[in-house]
Amino acid sequence: MDFDDTAEEAKFRSEVRAWLDANAKLKTGAEGADEMEVEEDGASMQAAKAWQKKKAAKGYARISWPKEVGGLGGTPLQQIIFNQEESKYDIAPGAPFAIGLGMCIPTLMHYGSKDSIGRYVKPALAGDEVWCQLFSEPAGGSDVAGLRTRAERNGDEWTINGQKIWTSGAHYSDYGIVLTRTDPNAQKHKGLTMFYLSMKSPGVDVRPIKQASGQSNFNEVFFTDVKIPDSQRLGEVGQGWTVALTTLMHERLAVGGGTGGGIDVNELLSLARTLELEDGPAIKNAAVRERIADWYVRTAGLKYTTLRTMTALSRGQQPGPEASIAKVVVASKLQDLSAFAMELESEAGALKGEDAAMGGLFQAGWMGAPGLRIAGGTDEILRNIIAERVLGLPPDIRVDKDIPFNKLPSGR
Amino acid sequence: MNFDFSDDQKMLREQARKFLAEKCTNKVVRRVFEGEHGHDSALWKGVAEMGWLGTAIPENYGGLGLGYLELCVVAEELGRVLAPVPFSSTVYLFAEALLAAGSEEQKTRLLPKLAEGKLIGTFARAEGVGAVTPKSIRASFKGGKLSGTKIAVVDGMDADYAVVLARASDEPGERGLALALVDLKGAGVTRRAEDSIDPSRKHAEIKFDGAAAEALDKPGEGWSITSRVLDRAAILTAFEQVGGADQCLVMAKDYAMTRYAFGRPIGSFQAIKHKLADMYVNNELARSNAYYGAWALSTNARELPLAAAAARVSATQAFDYASKESTQTHGGIGFTWEVDCHLFYKRSRELGLSLGPQRSWKEKLVTQLELSNAA
Repeated sequence: MDFDDTAEEAKFRSEVRAWLDANAKLKTGAEGADEMEVEEDGASMQAAKAWQKKKAAKGYARISWPKEVGGLGGTPLQQIIFNQEESKYDIAPGAPFAIGLGMCIPTLMHYGSKDSIGRYVKPALAGDEVWCQLFSEPAGGSDVAGLRTRAERNGDEWTINGQKIWTSGAHYSDYGIVLTRTDPNAQKHKGLTMFYLSMKSPGVDVRPIKQASGQSNFNEVFFTDVKIPDSQRLGEVGQGWTVALTTLMHERLAVGGGTGGGIDVNELLSLARTLELEDGPAIKNAAVRERIADWYVRTAGLKYTTLRTMTALSRGQQPGPEASIAKVVVASKLQDLSAFAMELESEAGALKGEDAAMGGLFQAGWMGAPGLRIAGGTDEILRNIIAERVLGLPPDIRVDKDIPFNKLPSGR
Repeated sequence: MNFDFSDDQKMLREQARKFLAEKCTNKVVRRVFEGEHGHDSALWKGVAEMGWLGTAIPENYGGLGLGYLELCVVAEELGRVLAPVPFSSTVYLFAEALLAAGSEEQKTRLLPKLAEGKLIGTFARAEGVGAVTPKSIRASFKGGKLSGTKIAVVDGMDADYAVVLARASDEPGERGLALALVDLKGAGVTRRAEDSIDPSRKHAEIKFDGAAAEALDKPGEGWSITSRVLDRAAILTAFEQVGGADQCLVMAKDYAMTRYAFGRPIGSFQAIKHKLADMYVNNELARSNAYYGAWALSTNARELPLAAAAARVSATQAFDYASKESTQTHGGIGFTWEVDCHLFYKRSRELGLSLGPQRSWKEKLVTQLELSNAA
């Protein structure tokens, strides 16, 4: 056992470092927390696009993708090595491109025509075109296949009507992949079809949602008689669910690696060192120390789980299912740890932003945590996935299995 | 990146699993659990013949000199089957204490016998209810004579030798402490089997009344060596705990797949699924922390104390959760004597206490964290 790169990995790491040194500055530690919100045409978006373009020119935008489409033709481990090194530099975060490159474009590459792959992959890699994923609806969140947005065919053209919700980044996206219902008489998983479309199409109306945290990262998207050609269909008519599973598989890989926005044990330790409680410094308090230890073993456990995954990749093996545990651990830890930090801050814990301790770091974490526990698969859905796909427990009994979609009971 | 066991080590794991599946059935475990004997001697003999006792003992002391990664692999498999043998007392504690502090003569005299399975050892610390602290140690070791009473000594009835934490001088606190090496078959030693929550690992009260003992370490180092030995034992024990926790998940899953209620397997209910998913998450975190401990142990890394505390806390939490929720998943049958759930429930708590409770390991963990953050 060791944590060393193989000779090949070390060579790649030094190439990456040399390129980063030539194109970016190392972090000094004085940078603020990563921006969670990206404004359309804002300065941060421009910076993100500029950095993405530089990476794409070198093939670093997606290292494991083939060279023909603009990747580097590398390995998943090389992508991790690049991410590790890139995170040491003060660069614009690639968040606006995560969904497009992590989910939409892989789906397009799997199901799209040669022409569409030639047309869309490179601009997405270069950050010139941003993509969003239009799946969730007011009537279908965890139960994505319960969606109602209709697509009706008329010759070579489809007309889309309906509403999507929780669409991250729709307000700055150029394109999207959209899952629609094309046959309401079929069983619900069988009447779906996937398309891609321009977000500038007539009849597409994007309205940002103000979240509980006060930010607006995601949107409602309304479709009113939106016309798209049949050539923008991904997969067969009625096969939308199979296509969506490809996308969602990529989503879990993309979301699973979340770290909780730089709020973890070290930050709690820093806070505890500066605070006085009733019986002296917080860091000397046994209850505080016990909680720090509890969270430390979860943080460390995840860190070493990632190293186990990297080891499998390094040995040319498929990583085990242990990678699936990350988000379940991270999201609830963020919520509990932030709330506990606010407890330590006592009355002043109710303040936020610049008025609060450590620039309101823990308040921001606490405010965002409910969203993290829901986005990209709720804690409950993720536990179902672990139970069914990792442990092999039987699926839930489905009451909606053999019934046409339009005969299913529905609530409000 | 090479943060996993090698193919050879994985082969050793398969070999150990196969051997134990055959030689350490639950009948063997129950014979000790329900009987008077402190361990199963046939299994102990088999374990010795496999060479496992000397896995990490250098060849010049009669061991195989393979290393600690191999010992971790064996530990996980022993934990998985609740092996009723004095392996951890003898190998993780007694042998480690000798290797850490024994003289050349002591190591040459005792370790070859230990590796052969001819010597059972243990390590006696606690004297009463409450935390083991330098202040709590009253046993006296002066002029080659040991007097005092130790309690809750694991495998204390079967052990031939013990390392005993005792007070060797009038210096206060830990500076007055030393480790005494005692032949438990000698004069001035009386033992009584104590009732314990896990009779598959029997505990003893040992009274020393001027028993002949030899010094293991330099005077004044008794506490720091104890602490180092416990760190190392914590990592090895974490592997036993991870093995046990894994087995609890297997049992709970198998039961949930085959037990029907309300017209369906209970494993199709989300209340059961989420419980088992949480077990899986805890077990994986504990496994990863234990792997880091294994790396620290095998390289004698500076990070060993922090890695040990994290492995200990994580594995204790995982085994506690898995054993109690596996019992819960089984329902009423899980609370019967004939189903094995309670063997794991009891072993989990026993392992969680025998090297010191979570509370003291968490304290150790944060102390180490503060040191590493300050560095």
